[in-house]
Amino acid sequence: MAKPATTDNLDTARAWAAAAAVPDPEVPCVTVADLGILRDVTIEDGVAVAHVTPTYSGCPAVLAIELAVEAALLDAGFEARIERVMTPSWTTDWITPEGSEKLRAYGIAPPVRGSNSKMALFGETVITCPRCGSSETTKVSEFGSTACKAHYTCKACAEPFDYFKCI
Amino acid sequence: MTGAAITHSHQFEAVLQLADDHLILGQRVSEWCGHAPMLEEDLGLANMALDLLGQSRALYAYAAEIEGAGRSEDDLAFLRLERQYLNCLLVERPNGDFAHSILRQLYFAAFMHPFWQWVSANSTDETLRGIAGKAEKEMAYHVRHCGEWVVRLGDGTEKSAHRIKAAVVALHHYTDELFQGSAAMATCAEDAILPDVETLRPVWTATITNIFAQALLEVPDVAHPQTGGRIGEHGEEMGHILAELQYMQRTYPNLQW
Repeated sequence: MAKPATTDNLDTARAWAAAAAVPDPEVPCVTVADLGILRDVTIEDGVAVAHVTPTYSGCPAVLAIELAVEAALLDAGFEARIERVMTPSWTTDWITPEGSEKLRAYGIAPPVRGSNSKMALFGETVITCPRCGSSETTKVSEFGSTACKAHYTCKACAEPFDYFKCI
Repeated sequence: MTGAAITHSHQFEAVLQLADDHLILGQRVSEWCGHAPMLEEDLGLANMALDLLGQSRALYAYAAEIEGAGRSEDDLAFLRLERQYLNCLLVERPNGDFAHSILRQLYFAAFMHPFWQWVSANSTDETLRGIAGKAEKEMAYHVRHCGEWVVRLGDGTEKSAHRIKAAVVALHHYTDELFQGSAAMATCAEDAILPDVETLRPVWTATITNIFAQALLEVPDVAHPQTGGRIGEHGEEMGHILAELQYMQRTYPNLQW
């Protein structure tokens, strides 16, 4: 990778900042960078190329996210292109610690770490209530309001909440 | 739609076959949307259908790329004739009651889970490894969800046990086809692109036997397995699925929105 000019690096940083700030259309409290789905932004022959990876296979927001990232790059004055990256596949472990905290503040219990363990995948670890912090929670439904969430309820504060499925 | 001049690689055909399995089952399961016995299961079935549809999209897009003939994922999904679909017969079986649909999903997911695990860990094909990385976890989720339901139905009331037993009788003889693969699959297995499907049989059998034991169900012996889907020989229902699936594209060719 030959990147001689400093302006190129500046551009890359600026393009990254523009793309990274794009919010998720379904969960607008987190950005594409928080979710770990913006893998990279490069400048190739003067074109800003955003490398974006889809989350869940059936996520209907994939195209909306790609269009939003492209629009953000155009707004920042770049010619833009999106590269869809399939490998390696996204895992909830790529959600940043800040992203997890934003999810919790928004009322969604973030996925537990270690997506490769069966325990994590099936939510057999303790899920704490994003509102009151109690670990006295029960699963209501393995499938929730979107493909990425399961539905829980808190026995302590009696509030229902979404849990971001761990994959 | 297939031009006579195009010779298809075994890899294209094998990926297409996988894509067809997922599309047709996804279409079937999505028929439940708004009709499930309770809200949680309505969401569950719709979400499982969405997983299957998402997996099929990735597979069709990759098949189109391998073919390199200018066809898109939509062309492959919507503009082929019935005999050109290579899905197994199991996935096109009618939904029947909830027990039938859940059992069909369990049979399929219990096969695809070890299938994607193999691909994710061993395949020489990077794109398929990427698709498998997510799909294996999604399929594990389906196995667990449907497995729990099969146990609940089998070890439930007299009526629920009767229904799940009827589903086993109706569907079990369609499962053998999962392990027969096809010439294209076999060639891909030789190239370590996809697993030799026959080697997945012990895992599948162990999963089903374990769940059936808890559900107080017997695993039946199959004297006459039903096959034909892999060479485009489908049941009567397939045409009905395609009539609905392809309606918009057939009625308004090249429609986009």
